[in-house]
Amino acid sequence: MIRFRNVLALVVAIAAINASSAEPQSIILASTTSVEASGLLAKILPQFAARTSITVNVVAQGTGKALDTARRGDADLLLVHDPDTEQQFMDEGHGSTRRQIAWNDFIIVGPSADPAHVKGGSDSVAALQAIAALQAPFVSRGDKSGTNAAELRLWKTAGQAPDALNKEKWYRDIGGGMGQALNAASAMDAYTLTDRGTWLSFNNKGSLIVAIEGDPRLLNRYDVIELNPQKHAGSKLATAKVFADWLVSSDGQQAIGAYQVNGERLFNPSANSPK
Amino acid sequence: MSRVPLEILFGPNASDLHDFLEIISLSIGVSLAATALATAVSLPIGTALAIYPFRGRRLIVVLINAFFGLPPVVVGLVLYLALSRSGPLGSLALLFTPTAMVMAQTILAIPIITALVHRASERAWARYGDELVADGATRLRAVPQILMIIRADLVTAVLAGFGRTVSEVGAVILVGGNIRGLTRTMTTTIALQTSQGDLSLALALGAVLVGISISISATVFALAGRARTAGSDEV
Repeated sequence: MIRFRNVLALVVAIAAINASSAEPQSIILASTTSVEASGLLAKILPQFAARTSITVNVVAQGTGKALDTARRGDADLLLVHDPDTEQQFMDEGHGSTRRQIAWNDFIIVGPSADPAHVKGGSDSVAALQAIAALQAPFVSRGDKSGTNAAELRLWKTAGQAPDALNKEKWYRDIGGGMGQALNAASAMDAYTLTDRGTWLSFNNKGSLIVAIEGDPRLLNRYDVIELNPQKHAGSKLATAKVFADWLVSSDGQQAIGAYQVNGERLFNPSANSPK
Repeated sequence: MSRVPLEILFGPNASDLHDFLEIISLSIGVSLAATALATAVSLPIGTALAIYPFRGRRLIVVLINAFFGLPPVVVGLVLYLALSRSGPLGSLALLFTPTAMVMAQTILAIPIITALVHRASERAWARYGDELVADGATRLRAVPQILMIIRADLVTAVLAGFGRTVSEVGAVILVGGNIRGLTRTMTTTIALQTSQGDLSLALALGAVLVGISISISATVFALAGRARTAGSDEV
């Protein structure tokens, strides 16, 4: 039947397109949503590709999901930002090396009306206590991302257990990425914790303003993690190492530090990191 | 398409335009491939279910119709686990590739096309079945004739399958990973732009998606309409 022959030809053609578009060297980088959504990777990856002809395919997920993707063997390299779950990943023997490549900070943003009267301060814990006392709306990522983990740590310091928070009407777990959380906070006049990179490049702020910044507890560090060859023999670890090494090289560090949105630097190279 | 909406979408940057065209061609290519594959599977199955009586046929028909509403995100998740390197098909290294997206969309389109083909075949078989086998032809020989009789319904079935695949986001974002330049489709781009707070860009791209999918469907429908009129005296 001619129909089936046509279909077969189409399938073969598609397969050929796939084969020809497959780069000789490409890796899957499981990364956090913030390095993708902030535009950092779109900016620095072409600079890396120009030097090495290695294509870095970015799958942007929250840190928790990215680590899981790597655990299952579906990523070649990780770029994530949650020290606690990263340490757990290393302890399980999935990672071989873990290096910090950049840092910036988390901030608490909220409606410009600022019902909890926390604007201009730097004490994130006191701010969360004020928000909880007033039962002002607060948006949580709720997606096991690095930002979500940082938020829950702060709540714990502020004397609020995650289980108790989830029963509160004013605490809104949206189960989504940073951008979705900011969209939700903007729509609901709620407070939320965000990384500075996503905030600066976000285009739907509405009436949201920066309420709290400059707390040392709000440090946000980004690490590149290479995988353990004993557990992940199927991954392209040698190619992944080339990219990881570039990120920490002076070349890569310069590219990270040079990325700006509206004249503001989004990520600081790790060389001048506060320890 | 004029240049104006493109510049609203991406500014005058040539590489952005390149990205944009790449996204559109990937979307269309993946959906067409999935629709073609699903059609190849669904035509014989849908017709066979109408003309060959066997035990359990009713149950299969009910199941296929039930899978009409298969949630894309569930299909995506199951396929994700199957294609994962630690899953049963992991050695194929297909996760986060366009091929994985074609597989997901094919699975989504098969129940729709099969059910619509079956429904039309059943009607045609009830009406012409006796004549078709009375000439001494086997039921197998009747298959192409049944397909010929219902070709107008086939167009609807295939278009319904294409509509399902091109507009779907839940499955392709899971198994494709929304990788820029590799597995980023129109729907996953819209999801990404929304998450970056670029709501007007997302809406503009949404309009493009609607426009493209309507034009393709209208074109196929019009072409099929011409074929239908041309061959009408055969039946």
